[in-house]
Amino acid sequence: MNDATHTDAAHSHGDTHGHSFTLRGYVIGFLLSVVLTAIPFWMVMTGSFDPQATAITIIAFAVLQILVHTVSFLHLNSSSEGGWTLMAYIFTAVIVLIVISGSLWIMFHLNANMMPMSGDGGFGS
Amino acid sequence: MSTTALSEDRNADPTFYLVEEDDHHHETGGGTILGFWIYLMSDALIFATLFATFGVLSTSYAGGPTPREIFELPLVALNTAILLVSSITFGFAMIAMQQGKLGGTQLWLVITALLGAAFVGIELFEFGSLIHEGATPQTSAFLSAFFTLVATHGLHVTFGIIWVGVMLVQLAQRGLHVENQRRLMCLSMFWHFLDVVWIGVFTFVYLLGVLR
Repeated sequence: MNDATHTDAAHSHGDTHGHSFTLRGYVIGFLLSVVLTAIPFWMVMTGSFDPQATAITIIAFAVLQILVHTVSFLHLNSSSEGGWTLMAYIFTAVIVLIVISGSLWIMFHLNANMMPMSGDGGFGS
Repeated sequence: MSTTALSEDRNADPTFYLVEEDDHHHETGGGTILGFWIYLMSDALIFATLFATFGVLSTSYAGGPTPREIFELPLVALNTAILLVSSITFGFAMIAMQQGKLGGTQLWLVITALLGAAFVGIELFEFGSLIHEGATPQTSAFLSAFFTLVATHGLHVTFGIIWVGVMLVQLAQRGLHVENQRRLMCLSMFWHFLDVVWIGVFTFVYLLGVLR
């Protein structure tokens, strides 16, 4: 029993060494997330801002918040697992962007070209 | 002759295993963390296809209600806050685990699970009131895509809560040994990953939907 707890303690030290679960890291990430969440909700719920500017701002804040979560909560860095988690993350981010923006792009043009009975020739314009 | 070979093998075996264990020791749970990370990335691709579907169909109302008419942002803000707080309470559980405090780990895990349950409860309440108002998944392509995307996330959170329950049983039975620490690290990544997906949901589904 004593031995077991001893090894556990040694392991926990070794295990968490590369992952740095610090109170400071979590609290900073949490406070940043609160700010990055509250501002978009406030902008949309008051509704007193230009919709275009609001849309751009809240998308930018979402991207920022995803990065904050990835670094401070998921503890992604270039050295963990020999850099392979970062490689997988970048690869996934590229695929996600291609899937989402590609789908929207294609379907938007498809919709534009399928516009029924518009009469003013939607193809060339 | 064969016996000597066998005994030699036996002599060789312990050193072999020791080397393995030493490797394991430094590599933070062997390949499990990396493997689980790759699972999360593939899960991210599932959500990407659901987001893409929602994006394409987000204005196909088919005469049904629009986002502005049915979404209640205060409720979504409350849910977002609950999930965000549950993220940091899981962080506190991981810090307690790192310090070898079994009681602290269990306490923070219970709080995290309760917050997760509150999140799922509010989401089910929201779905219930939407369906009550006639905004069912069958109403329009927009609502089909909405329910598919948000419910898939909610289902993930539900399984996360079940996993927390399983870990609480494991911790009560066997304490903070190496295997449980590894499992908790995987669960931690799963939980924080769901919060990352929720950032996309509240931004692209709710906030941009109401703006439109």
